[in-house]
Amino acid sequence: MGLTELFGAVFNLDHVGRYIHWGFIQLSVSNAIVIGLMIAIFIAALFLPFPGRRSRREGK
Amino acid sequence: MTTEIDRQWTTRLRKRVVETLPPDKLLPDTQPAYVASWIYVFGVTTLAALAIVILTGCVLAMKGPLWWHLSGTGHFVNSLHLWSVEIFFFAMVIHLWGKFFMAAWRGGRQLTWITGVVLFLTSVGAGFTGYVSQTNYDSQWISTQAKDGINATGGGAFFNVLNLGQMLMWHIVLLPLAAVALTAVHVIYVRIKGVVPPFEEGK
Repeated sequence: MGLTELFGAVFNLDHVGRYIHWGFIQLSVSNAIVIGLMIAIFIAALFLPFPGRRSRREGK
Repeated sequence: MTTEIDRQWTTRLRKRVVETLPPDKLLPDTQPAYVASWIYVFGVTTLAALAIVILTGCVLAMKGPLWWHLSGTGHFVNSLHLWSVEIFFFAMVIHLWGKFFMAAWRGGRQLTWITGVVLFLTSVGAGFTGYVSQTNYDSQWISTQAKDGINATGGGAFFNVLNLGQMLMWHIVLLPLAAVALTAVHVIYVRIKGVVPPFEEGK
Protein backbone atom coordinates (compact mmCIF):
# COMPACT_ATOMS: atom_id res chain seq x y z
CA MET A 1 0.00 0.00 0.00
CA GLY A 2 1.46 3.34 -1.06
CA LEU A 3 1.45 6.49 1.04
CA THR A 4 -1.35 7.96 -1.08
CA GLU A 5 -3.63 5.00 -0.36
CA LEU A 6 -2.69 5.06 3.33
CA PHE A 7 -3.58 8.77 3.70
CA GLY A 8 -6.66 8.21 1.54
CA ALA A 9 -7.83 5.55 4.00
CA VAL A 10 -7.41 7.90 6.97
CA PHE A 11 -8.71 11.08 5.31
CA ASN A 12 -11.35 10.04 2.82
CA LEU A 13 -11.97 13.14 0.70
CA ASP A 14 -13.91 11.29 -2.01
CA HIS A 15 -17.29 12.74 -1.11
CA VAL A 16 -19.29 15.94 -1.45
CA GLY A 17 -17.89 18.71 0.79
CA ARG A 18 -19.45 19.12 4.24
CA TYR A 19 -20.71 22.59 5.13
CA ILE A 20 -21.78 24.40 8.28
CA HIS A 21 -24.92 26.51 7.83
CA TRP A 22 -25.53 29.26 10.40
CA GLY A 23 -28.00 31.89 9.28
CA PHE A 24 -26.54 33.53 6.19
CA ILE A 25 -23.07 32.09 6.99
CA GLN A 26 -22.06 29.02 5.00
CA LEU A 27 -18.65 27.60 5.78
CA SER A 28 -16.96 24.35 4.76
CA VAL A 29 -15.93 22.09 7.65
CA SER A 30 -12.31 22.12 6.41
CA ASN A 31 -12.22 25.94 6.47
CA ALA A 32 -13.83 25.95 9.94
CA ILE A 33 -11.08 23.56 11.17
CA VAL A 34 -8.35 25.86 9.75
CA ILE A 35 -9.94 28.94 11.39
CA GLY A 36 -10.25 27.04 14.70
CA LEU A 37 -6.55 26.05 14.49
CA MET A 38 -5.58 29.68 13.80
CA ILE A 39 -7.49 30.90 16.86
CA ALA A 40 -5.94 28.12 19.00
CA ILE A 41 -2.39 28.97 17.83
CA PHE A 42 -3.03 32.71 18.34
CA ILE A 43 -4.10 32.11 21.96
CA ALA A 44 -1.22 29.68 22.55
CA ALA A 45 1.26 32.27 21.18
CA LEU A 46 0.00 34.80 23.73
CA PHE A 47 0.43 32.53 26.74
CA LEU A 48 3.16 29.95 26.03
CA PRO A 49 6.58 30.91 27.46
CA PHE A 50 9.16 31.85 24.85
CA PRO A 51 12.47 29.92 25.14
CA GLY A 52 15.34 32.00 26.56
CA ARG A 53 13.11 34.87 27.67
CA ARG A 54 14.23 34.78 31.33
CA SER A 55 17.97 34.74 30.57
CA ARG A 56 17.49 37.60 28.09
CA ARG A 57 15.69 39.67 30.72
CA GLU A 58 18.40 38.95 33.31
CA GLY A 59 21.04 39.99 30.78
CA LYS A 60 19.39 43.39 30.26
CA MET B 1 32.00 74.53 2.45
CA THR B 2 29.95 72.37 0.12
CA THR B 3 31.95 70.86 -2.67
CA GLU B 4 30.69 69.75 -6.05
CA ILE B 5 30.72 66.17 -4.80
CA ASP B 6 28.45 67.10 -1.86
CA ARG B 7 25.90 68.51 -4.31
CA GLN B 8 25.79 65.37 -6.50
CA TRP B 9 22.46 63.53 -6.36
CA THR B 10 24.24 60.25 -5.60
CA THR B 11 25.95 61.77 -2.54
CA ARG B 12 22.75 63.40 -1.29
CA LEU B 13 20.73 60.20 -1.82
CA ARG B 14 23.34 58.04 -0.06
CA LYS B 15 23.49 60.40 2.94
CA ARG B 16 19.72 60.49 3.18
CA VAL B 17 19.41 56.66 2.98
CA VAL B 18 22.14 56.14 5.62
CA GLU B 19 20.58 58.78 7.91
CA THR B 20 17.10 57.24 7.62
CA LEU B 21 18.24 53.64 7.93
CA PRO B 22 21.80 53.20 9.25
CA PRO B 23 23.27 49.68 8.70
CA ASP B 24 22.98 48.75 12.42
CA LYS B 25 19.24 49.53 12.24
CA LEU B 26 18.81 47.66 8.96
CA LEU B 27 20.38 44.49 10.38
CA PRO B 28 20.32 44.92 14.19
CA ASP B 29 22.27 42.59 16.48
CA THR B 30 19.63 42.58 19.23
CA GLN B 31 15.91 43.23 19.65
CA PRO B 32 14.08 44.71 22.69
CA ALA B 33 13.21 42.19 25.48
CA TYR B 34 9.48 42.36 24.72
CA VAL B 35 10.09 40.76 21.28
CA ALA B 36 10.86 37.47 23.08
CA SER B 37 7.26 36.24 22.72
CA TRP B 38 5.67 33.74 20.34
CA ILE B 39 3.27 36.41 19.06
CA TYR B 40 6.22 38.15 17.35
CA VAL B 41 7.24 35.12 15.24
CA PHE B 42 4.36 35.15 12.76
CA GLY B 43 5.69 38.01 10.61
CA VAL B 44 8.94 36.19 9.92
CA THR B 45 7.03 32.90 9.46
CA THR B 46 5.06 34.66 6.71
CA LEU B 47 8.32 35.86 5.14
CA ALA B 48 9.80 32.34 5.21
CA ALA B 49 6.66 30.90 3.63
CA LEU B 50 6.75 33.63 0.95
CA ALA B 51 10.33 32.62 0.09
CA ILE B 52 9.20 28.99 -0.49
CA VAL B 53 6.15 30.20 -2.48
CA ILE B 54 8.42 32.26 -4.78
CA LEU B 55 11.01 29.48 -5.11
CA THR B 56 8.49 26.74 -5.97
CA GLY B 57 6.59 29.21 -8.20
CA CYS B 58 9.81 29.83 -10.17
CA VAL B 59 10.23 26.07 -10.73
CA LEU B 60 6.58 25.77 -11.85
CA ALA B 61 7.02 28.79 -14.16
CA MET B 62 10.11 27.26 -15.78
CA LYS B 63 8.27 24.03 -16.55
CA GLY B 64 4.96 25.56 -17.67
CA PRO B 65 1.36 25.23 -16.49
CA LEU B 66 0.80 21.62 -17.65
CA TRP B 67 3.90 20.05 -16.11
CA TRP B 68 2.40 19.34 -12.69
CA HIS B 69 -0.46 17.34 -14.27
CA LEU B 70 1.92 14.99 -16.06
CA SER B 71 4.86 14.44 -13.73
CA GLY B 72 5.24 13.12 -10.18
CA THR B 73 7.98 15.69 -9.48
CA GLY B 74 5.71 18.39 -10.90
CA HIS B 75 2.89 17.31 -8.61
CA PHE B 76 5.29 17.39 -5.64
CA VAL B 77 6.51 20.93 -6.48
CA ASN B 78 2.90 22.05 -7.01
CA SER B 79 1.98 20.62 -3.59
CA LEU B 80 4.93 22.45 -1.99
CA HIS B 81 3.64 25.63 -3.67
CA LEU B 82 0.08 25.06 -2.39
CA TRP B 83 1.06 24.16 1.19
CA SER B 84 3.56 27.02 1.53
CA VAL B 85 0.72 29.34 0.43
CA GLU B 86 -1.49 27.77 3.15
CA ILE B 87 1.23 28.45 5.77
CA PHE B 88 1.76 31.95 4.31
CA PHE B 89 -1.91 32.96 4.80
CA PHE B 90 -2.20 31.07 8.11
CA ALA B 91 0.79 32.94 9.59
CA MET B 92 -0.13 36.26 7.95
CA VAL B 93 -3.63 36.30 9.48
CA ILE B 94 -2.28 35.48 13.00
CA HIS B 95 0.34 38.24 12.45
CA LEU B 96 -2.54 40.57 11.50
CA TRP B 97 -4.57 39.67 14.62
CA GLY B 98 -1.52 40.15 16.86
CA LYS B 99 -0.67 43.53 15.35
CA PHE B 100 -4.32 44.66 15.42
CA PHE B 101 -4.66 44.00 19.17
CA MET B 102 -1.27 45.67 19.80
CA ALA B 103 -2.49 48.71 17.79
CA ALA B 104 0.75 48.38 15.86
CA TRP B 105 0.18 51.67 14.01
CA ARG B 106 1.18 53.56 17.20
CA GLY B 107 4.34 55.68 17.35
CA GLY B 108 4.34 56.88 13.74
CA ARG B 109 4.01 53.36 12.32
CA GLN B 110 0.99 54.20 10.10
CA LEU B 111 2.83 53.36 6.88
CA THR B 112 3.96 49.99 8.27
CA TRP B 113 0.31 49.17 8.97
CA ILE B 114 -0.98 50.50 5.63
CA THR B 115 1.65 48.67 3.54
CA GLY B 116 0.66 45.52 5.47
CA VAL B 117 -3.02 46.03 4.60
CA VAL B 118 -2.25 46.58 0.90
CA LEU B 119 0.08 43.56 0.98
CA PHE B 120 -2.70 41.41 2.44
CA LEU B 121 -5.11 42.46 -0.35
CA THR B 122 -2.40 41.87 -2.99
CA SER B 123 -1.80 38.39 -1.57
CA VAL B 124 -5.53 37.58 -1.73
CA GLY B 125 -5.44 38.59 -5.42
CA ALA B 126 -2.34 36.46 -6.00
CA GLY B 127 -4.03 33.49 -4.29
CA PHE B 128 -7.19 33.93 -6.34
CA THR B 129 -5.39 34.19 -9.70
CA GLY B 130 -3.41 31.08 -8.68
CA TYR B 131 -6.62 29.13 -8.06
CA VAL B 132 -7.98 30.04 -11.51
CA SER B 133 -4.65 29.19 -13.21
CA GLN B 134 -4.51 25.55 -12.13
CA THR B 135 -5.78 24.31 -15.53
CA ASN B 136 -8.13 21.71 -14.02
CA TYR B 137 -11.85 21.31 -13.24
CA ASP B 138 -11.37 23.11 -9.94
CA SER B 139 -10.06 26.25 -11.67
CA GLN B 140 -12.82 26.06 -14.31
CA TRP B 141 -15.42 25.91 -11.56
CA ILE B 142 -13.91 28.79 -9.58
CA SER B 143 -13.52 31.03 -12.65
CA THR B 144 -17.03 30.41 -13.98
CA GLN B 145 -18.42 31.25 -10.51
CA ALA B 146 -16.14 34.27 -10.07
CA LYS B 147 -16.90 35.77 -13.49
CA ASP B 148 -20.46 36.56 -12.38
CA GLY B 149 -19.19 38.39 -9.31
CA ILE B 150 -16.58 40.35 -11.29
CA ASN B 151 -19.11 41.15 -14.06
CA ALA B 152 -21.54 42.44 -11.43
CA THR B 153 -18.92 45.00 -10.40
CA GLY B 154 -18.47 46.10 -14.03
CA GLY B 155 -14.80 45.02 -14.01
CA GLY B 156 -15.17 41.88 -16.12
CA ALA B 157 -14.02 43.51 -19.36
CA PHE B 158 -10.75 44.62 -17.75
CA PHE B 159 -10.21 41.59 -15.52
CA ASN B 160 -11.53 38.51 -17.33
CA VAL B 161 -11.22 35.53 -14.98
CA LEU B 162 -11.98 33.12 -17.84
CA ASN B 163 -8.89 34.32 -19.74
CA LEU B 164 -6.22 31.85 -18.60
CA GLY B 165 -3.33 33.79 -20.18
CA GLN B 166 -4.36 37.00 -18.44
CA MET B 167 -4.88 35.29 -15.05
CA LEU B 168 -1.55 33.45 -15.30
CA MET B 169 0.30 36.69 -16.10
CA TRP B 170 -1.30 38.44 -13.13
CA HIS B 171 -0.39 35.42 -10.99
CA ILE B 172 3.23 34.94 -12.02
CA VAL B 173 4.31 38.48 -13.01
CA LEU B 174 2.26 41.45 -11.77
CA LEU B 175 1.04 40.33 -8.34
CA PRO B 176 4.31 38.63 -7.23
CA LEU B 177 6.23 41.78 -8.25
CA ALA B 178 3.81 43.91 -6.22
CA ALA B 179 3.85 41.48 -3.27
CA VAL B 180 7.66 41.28 -3.09
CA ALA B 181 8.08 45.06 -3.50
CA LEU B 182 5.46 45.77 -0.81
CA THR B 183 7.06 43.17 1.49
CA ALA B 184 10.42 44.93 1.10
CA VAL B 185 8.84 48.33 1.90
CA HIS B 186 6.92 46.83 4.86
CA VAL B 187 10.08 45.26 6.35
CA ILE B 188 12.10 48.47 5.78
CA TYR B 189 9.42 50.45 7.68
CA VAL B 190 9.64 47.91 10.53
CA ARG B 191 13.42 48.46 10.58
CA ILE B 192 13.13 52.26 10.50
CA LYS B 193 10.45 52.56 13.21
CA GLY B 194 11.31 49.38 15.17
CA VAL B 195 9.01 46.63 16.39
CA VAL B 196 5.96 48.11 18.13
CA PRO B 197 6.32 47.93 21.94
CA PRO B 198 3.58 46.64 24.28
CA PHE B 199 1.16 49.33 25.54
CA GLU B 200 2.85 49.81 28.94
CA GLU B 201 6.36 50.17 27.44
CA GLY B 202 5.23 52.46 24.63
CA LYS B 203 3.85 55.13 27.01
